[in-house]
Formats: sequence, structure tokens, C-alpha cells
Amino acid sequence: MSERKSGAGDGVLVRAGGVDKVYKRGSESVHVLAELDLEVRQGEFLALMGPSGSGKSTLLNLIGGLDRPSKGSVTVGGERIDELSDRALAAWRARHVGFVFQLYNLLPVLTAERNVELPLLLTHLSKGERRKHVATALSVVGLAHRTRHYPPQLSGGEQQRVGIARAIVTDPTLLLCDEPTGDLDRKAGDEILDLLQALNRQHGKTIIMVTHDPHASARANRTVYLNKGQLSNEPIA
Amino acid sequence: MELYRPRRFETFLMKFLPLIWANLKRRKLRTLLTLLSILVAFLLFGYLCAIKEALNAGVSVAGADRLVVRHRVSIIQLLPETYKARMEKIPGVASATHQTWFGGIYQDPRNFFPQMPVVPEEFLAMYPEIILAPEAKQRWLETRTGAIVGRKTAERFKWKVGDRVPIQSTIWAKKDGKRLWEFDVAGIFDGRDKAVDTTPLYFRYDYFQESRAFGSGQVGWYAIRVKDPAQSAAIAGQVDEEFANSPAETKTETEGAFVQAFAKQVGDIALITAAILSAVFFTILLVAGNTMMQSVRERTGEVGALKAMGFTHGRVLGLVLAESCLLSGLGGALGLGLATLLISRGDPTGSLLPTFHLPARDVLIGCVFVVGLGVATGVFPAVQAMRLRVADALRRM
Repeated sequence: MSERKSGAGDGVLVRAGGVDKVYKRGSESVHVLAELDLEVRQGEFLALMGPSGSGKSTLLNLIGGLDRPSKGSVTVGGERIDELSDRALAAWRARHVGFVFQLYNLLPVLTAERNVELPLLLTHLSKGERRKHVATALSVVGLAHRTRHYPPQLSGGEQQRVGIARAIVTDPTLLLCDEPTGDLDRKAGDEILDLLQALNRQHGKTIIMVTHDPHASARANRTVYLNKGQLSNEPIA
Repeated sequence: MELYRPRRFETFLMKFLPLIWANLKRRKLRTLLTLLSILVAFLLFGYLCAIKEALNAGVSVAGADRLVVRHRVSIIQLLPETYKARMEKIPGVASATHQTWFGGIYQDPRNFFPQMPVVPEEFLAMYPEIILAPEAKQRWLETRTGAIVGRKTAERFKWKVGDRVPIQSTIWAKKDGKRLWEFDVAGIFDGRDKAVDTTPLYFRYDYFQESRAFGSGQVGWYAIRVKDPAQSAAIAGQVDEEFANSPAETKTETEGAFVQAFAKQVGDIALITAAILSAVFFTILLVAGNTMMQSVRERTGEVGALKAMGFTHGRVLGLVLAESCLLSGLGGALGLGLATLLISRGDPTGSLLPTFHLPARDVLIGCVFVVGLGVATGVFPAVQAMRLRVADALRRM
């Protein structure tokens, strides 16, 4: 797998500028992110830490085009994704982003290979070509021997590997991981972190990982801390 | 980008069928029960259509150029035999022939089938949809007590050509005072198509006229053929005018209207059928709709994951609709298929119905219902899934 040339000329892949995110709860407005600025360079492995409710997942959703900022801009690979229509944003996600979720979000009724194939159904690849891509992705995560197994037949670590294979099968620009080891024991978590590190180092994938585990963030090139809607480079006291 | 460049054609269904099918198998028992309820609904639909067709038998084969003339008061009042000649003199009338209700019983009152005395050659010329072999026709013309019987009744009672059939009339006594009439089976007739009633027995009017104890020169009703079907209404008026102010005034109508009115004596078949089917399909709509709603609600997180991967709102809508249409399509196809198979094996009433088949038109209507049911049961959950915001859906995992 190879990193695509989709970044801006200055090597910055993700740029969030002056981002506000406000949720309405009845008549009350909740400011989750306030005037937030963030830059992530291409090929970087960034850990995003912070206490619960600090807005980590919200920021990840904004970068991944799952949500829109109330104010400010989000640019990925030189493209203002906050200005895209819903349809264009869905197409953009399909091409540029792979998501890894804490609870894997696999479809229990599909085998591992069918789960991994899902993002490829949005491409124009033939069945045979899709099968090849799926086999490659599953072998990258070390699950070439578990292709016909259903998620409930796999361990948590294996399910997360299938989740990662699904995220990388389209060779996306950016991998966004929301607490990828949050539901795993230490050993399985370490294996997942090894895998993410390998994807970053050997395949040049840009990874943004939300975590509240210092052990996990230690694997990243850089860690930023989010508290009360603001980013800092220093841990929260 | 390489992956997204169109390469070759693969339909939405071909590509997404494994996903749609897998979702249906998610809760096998629930899907099976819903499938069975849809199957039963379409099986019932098939049977009701076949019964409606049977009770309306004759309407679809009624000749556009044939009128029926009956007594103005009621069909059980008789008309003079002499009316035939007067009718044939009316401009636009090509020919006329008569029939009379015999009301006979064969062995047991439950063995109902119609019998009518007719003038053979006139009758066969008037009803070309009755197919009778030339040798059978010849035998009928040569045998005064001869009768022709429809295939369905012949098979029901295992009658064959040459058999002597005793029939007890509930109306007509013979000159010797007895009500038992005997007929010799001269031939067995078929219908030109499935809609033609092959239950009646027709026997010769001259035998009837000579043997009956009363009512001489009186007949039940007339069928007249008009030269130009476009003039049917005008000719019907002229016929009724011809016999106005006579002891036996007439009412003339098209054969289709006559048969329809006859069928409506049982009740408004179409209305009854529509009422039953509406109730059945409304229930099925609730059952299948509930299944789809539950099924989609259970996978809110999965829908979120699909959208995160790049599935558009429209594609998610299409997937849910395709799933409900597949469920409805499977149940409907099995139901209609089973109905066709069972109906082709015969009339469940033991040949009480004059015809029993599922017309292709009703199969086609059934197919439209299948698609309609699929769309109706899928549209609400599909719109719900389509409107789901990704971030909200992922939070609900």
C-alpha cells in the first residue's frame, strides 16, 4: 500500500482552523470545541488525549467528515471538507478516510472478508479485484486464515484487526481511530498498536488516534491534549 | 483515483445482494415468520382471485355481439317460443335462440350442475366458444334424448359417451306425471379457453317440448346475435319495444351485464374479495412493516458505520428498500407459486364452481402487490435510516 499524493504542498495533510462546535440541547448551547487550531502532517501518527467529554471524538468526527463545525474550517489534503455537500462528503470519506472504532462496528451477519469488502462495494472494482484487495488487507493485519469467520467467532483483538483491514482496504489517505484499544485487554491492545505503528511506519499512513490511555499514546509520534474545547501540547494537570 | 474509475457494469443488486440477504438472515425465525405470513396472504389472494373468476365465469367470455332477452319481471317467468321469429325480423338482429332452466338433480341435491334444453344447431352456432367434436354433434342431432355435457361434469360423475343419465327435475314433470328424465350422453364438450363454463348439460328442446306436462311453447330466455355490436343498445331497446304492452314484456341487456347480474345474486363478489384482501394486506403491512422497523432499529450503529465508510443517504435508503422488497418478493413469489400449483390441481369444492383457475391477469396484479408491499413496508425504516446522522448513529452502538 502506498500513501497518495493528496496533501497540501507544505506537507500538512489536516488543517483545522478556528473550529467551534456547539451542540444545542433544548434551549441550552454546549460549546464542545472553541476556536481550535490543529495541523497534522502527512505521515504523522498523532495521539489525541483528554478526559471524557473533552471533545476528542467530536474533533475526530469533524476531521473525518462525519460532522460539520459550527464555525471555522477543516481542510484535508488541500480540500475544504466542511464546505462539501452531504453526497460529496460521503464520496470523499469513501476515498480518503478509514475509520477504526472502539467497538469495531463490524456487521455480525457478514464474514470477516465480507466485512472488509464493504468499502470496496462503493468502488467500480470487479468481484475478483475486490477479492484480491480484501485478501491483501486481511494478510496485512495477519488474519489471512480467518477470512470465513463471522465476528462473533473471533476474539476482540481479531475483530479489531478486521476493523483495521476494513479501514485500510481502500488505501485511504487518513486513518482515524477512536479508542481502538479501549475494549481490549493489554496484550490484544498492544498487538493492535503494533499494527497501527507498522501501518504508519512501513506504509506511511497518516493516523490520528483518540485515546485516554498513556500507554497507547506513547506509540504515536506526537500527542496533543484536549481540554474544555482547547488543544495543548502539555498533559492536563 | 484508480479504485473509483468505472471499469465494468455490475448492478446495484448483484453487488449488494450478499449484504441484503445477510441482513434478512440476521434473525432467522423472525424473517421466516414474516415470510410465512406474506406467503399465506398471497396464497389467499390467489384463491380469492380464482373463486372470484369462477363466480364471474361467463362475464369474460360473454360475446360482445350477444344480447340476452328475459321476462321483464324476472328470469323465472317464461317467454313465448314465438318471440324468436319476431326478434329475428328486427333490423340488426342476425339470429336468436332460446334456453330454459331445467333445475334437475342427479342422484343427490348436492350434485348441482345446470341443465338446459336447447335447439342444437342454433345453440352451437350462437356459442362458438363451446367446442364439440363433429361426430358428437352428429350423434346429438340423431338422438332425440341426446345431450351434450361439459368436460368438468362428465369427469366429476365419470360419464362417457353412450351413458344413459337419469335426472330428476325439480320443475318440469313429464306427461306421464313423472319427474325423472333420462338423457343419452351424445358428446362431451370443452371450452375454447379456461374461462368457459364446462359444467352444464344441454339436451334437445324438441324432446323437452314433446315430453313436458305443462308450459308448452314457453321458454326461459333468448340469446340474440346482433350484426353490429355498436348497435347493441339500440337493438335492445327495439326488442323491448316490440314486446311492450304484451302479456310477456321483455328486458334485453348485453350478455356480459346479464351474467354479471346473475353472479351478483351471490353478492358483490369483487367487493367481498376486495374487502377480505384489504384486511389481509393491511395486517401483513403491519407485520412486515414492524419486522423491518425493528430490524433497522437494531442496526443503527451498523448504519452509522456504513455511512462513515462513504455510503450515501440514498444508498442506505436503497439498501433498506431492497431488503423489504426482497422479503416481500420471496413471500409473494412463494405464495403466488403455491396458489398457482394448488389451484391447477383442482377445485376444492369438488367441482361446484364452474371454472377454477388463476388468470394471468391476477398473477400480474399479484406481482404489482408484491412490489407495493415491499415498498410500503420498507419506506418508513428506509427514510429513518437515511435521515440518521452518522455521529449520532455511532454513539448508539
